Amino acid sequence: MNAIFAQYGFLIVATVKIILLVLIVLTADAYLTWLERKVIGHIQARWGPYRVGPHGLLQPLADGIKFILKEDPLPEGVDKKAYFFAPFLTLMLALTSLAVIPFGPDITVFGYRTNFGIADINISLLALFAITALSVYGIALAGWGSNNKYSLLGGLRSSAQMISYELAMTLSVVGVLLIAGTLSLKEIVEQQANGNLGLLGWNIIGFSKDHAGLTQIIGCFCFFMAAIAETNRVPFDLPEAESELVAGYHTEYASMKFAMFFIGEYTAMITVSCLSTILFFGGWLSPFPASWTLTHYVPSVILVPLGLWVFFDGIRYETIFGRIVLPGIGSVLTLLGLGLFAAPAINELIQGPFWFFVKVFAVLFFYIWMRGTLPRFRYDQLMDFGWKILLPVSIANVVLTSAFILWRMQG
Amino acid sequence: MVPTNYYLILSAILFGLGVLAFVFKRNIITIFMAIELMLNAVNLAFVAFSQALGKTDGEVFVLFVIVVAAAEAAVGLGIIILTARNRRSLNVERVDLLKL
Amino acid sequence: MSAALLIFFVLAGLAVLGAVALILQSHPIHSALSLILVMLSLAGLYLLMGAEFVAAVQIIVYGGAVMVLFVFVIMLLNAGEEERTNFSKLATFAGVPLALALGGVIAAAIARSSGHLPAPAANGALTPTRELSKLLFSEFVYPFELTSFLILVAIIGAIVLAQREN
Repeated sequence: MNAIFAQYGFLIVATVKIILLVLIVLTADAYLTWLERKVIGHIQARWGPYRVGPHGLLQPLADGIKFILKEDPLPEGVDKKAYFFAPFLTLMLALTSLAVIPFGPDITVFGYRTNFGIADINISLLALFAITALSVYGIALAGWGSNNKYSLLGGLRSSAQMISYELAMTLSVVGVLLIAGTLSLKEIVEQQANGNLGLLGWNIIGFSKDHAGLTQIIGCFCFFMAAIAETNRVPFDLPEAESELVAGYHTEYASMKFAMFFIGEYTAMITVSCLSTILFFGGWLSPFPASWTLTHYVPSVILVPLGLWVFFDGIRYETIFGRIVLPGIGSVLTLLGLGLFAAPAINELIQGPFWFFVKVFAVLFFYIWMRGTLPRFRYDQLMDFGWKILLPVSIANVVLTSAFILWRMQG
Repeated sequence: MVPTNYYLILSAILFGLGVLAFVFKRNIITIFMAIELMLNAVNLAFVAFSQALGKTDGEVFVLFVIVVAAAEAAVGLGIIILTARNRRSLNVERVDLLKL
Repeated sequence: MSAALLIFFVLAGLAVLGAVALILQSHPIHSALSLILVMLSLAGLYLLMGAEFVAAVQIIVYGGAVMVLFVFVIMLLNAGEEERTNFSKLATFAGVPLALALGGVIAAAIARSSGHLPAPAANGALTPTRELSKLLFSEFVYPFELTSFLILVAIIGAIVLAQREN
């Protein structure tokens, strides 16, 4: 057994990690749609999904069943190769891009040391950009293959938009690369822990050891704007603007093929949130300096009250099913928090992933918040914003950052 | 390890196919793509030589070739759009006047 | 057969398949997709050789920018199936043998010179990106600056070409 594990251990661990990650991400996508509808509902003074399960918690499941059971018609005159290939490409690239993201520091489980993520490569940032650069084909091909003018317009818009904003996105990251001096996402995070300043060491504030005061807040702004445009979200969702283009590039898609685009879009959202967390918000690092050991109990301090609140809120729910399920979830969360308090070893292990999750959740919430608040750009405004504001500002950020680093090196 | 020769032969095959496409195709966009294919074939040879000789110079050349190809694509496609607008055809044989 | 050799043959097969499909497909967008296949398998080959930075740049610039531009233009012009004209037949008779002859000459030259080529580095180590950038910004700094000028010229040229006269 041990001999086999020594020889094929890497393969076994990698396969298990890939399966786990795909399952987790698909579930996260499903509940992200639930969260989005809930949050936007509350922003617009509605309830959002409420019927299926307590607080609509089973809504994603119902949606999934609907997607599988719906009829999948083939429109007339489609370019079959492009039409069938596009949704697969979108989903495949979206899931692949998660492979290079480190969700936590390296861990040792039962004496086997492994990285918290699937692939740990030297040029993970470039690899990520390479994968996202290809994702435009999914949309362009869907638009072309559907044989529909709205789809074609959506596809055209998205290719132009994605080429334009990719430039700004890549350039806005260069500042971080100059500070970190590496293309590996893991090392970029580790570099932000230099100086042991916690929150102040993150690239967005930039008081890490070597580069005091080198804030990347401009880079962060540019990156986030460009990333929203890359993922085709409000206020840059012109490829699928429903009031002008019916549904844009996926007008002619139904059933599972539509679901693939949908899952692809939400996975891309998660990827971009992870990436901005890593580049600007310290990845899995806690916002407190590592020497403050008391702060390691923050997960428990958050989980226990949350669980208790869900428990006591749930026993007063209208339906009997809800009165059983919600207190159940609440007690699981409470017990989890108490368990972490009782088992310091496991508590240490989940520190990284916990903070990573919290930050990614915050970024995703911001995404949804923007969707609930902002109107859509007009097409020429979008291009103007990309080329005349975002691109020059990110180039200026590169120049400023390199000048600052040069000055620090000499002084 | 893969012998360097294999890469070079693959590069030659791809270059030959690129020439073939260049001569064979009538669509101006596809002809342009054939040029890109030839550039790619040359890049492969560059990287193969650079790895065989243990020098990084070859990879730097590849970067230059890629930059030139990108610039060429931008200008070339601009010309193609203009031609297609004026002559209402993408067939190279219909573009036989010395003016747009 | 070692794993590296197997990967090489798979990727090389895909590349040749894509290049042949580029010629055989009659619709430009299918040709473009075939060319993307060639470029992606070439990126895989670069990785196999250890040139990771070049592989990433190949995908980002060729796959993500140049070919997207091609697809965009094909969609914009709504290009249809390629039309065959009389001249095409002449091209077939004269062009195919000439192209094959050219490929043959190059292949023969490579096959003959095989003895002079040094064996590839046996360790399969990656080219460090740092080393590449040092070379680019020291020894090749003038060509590098020239390329930026070239890009500027290309941008201006593209804008001038795309402008409608009015």
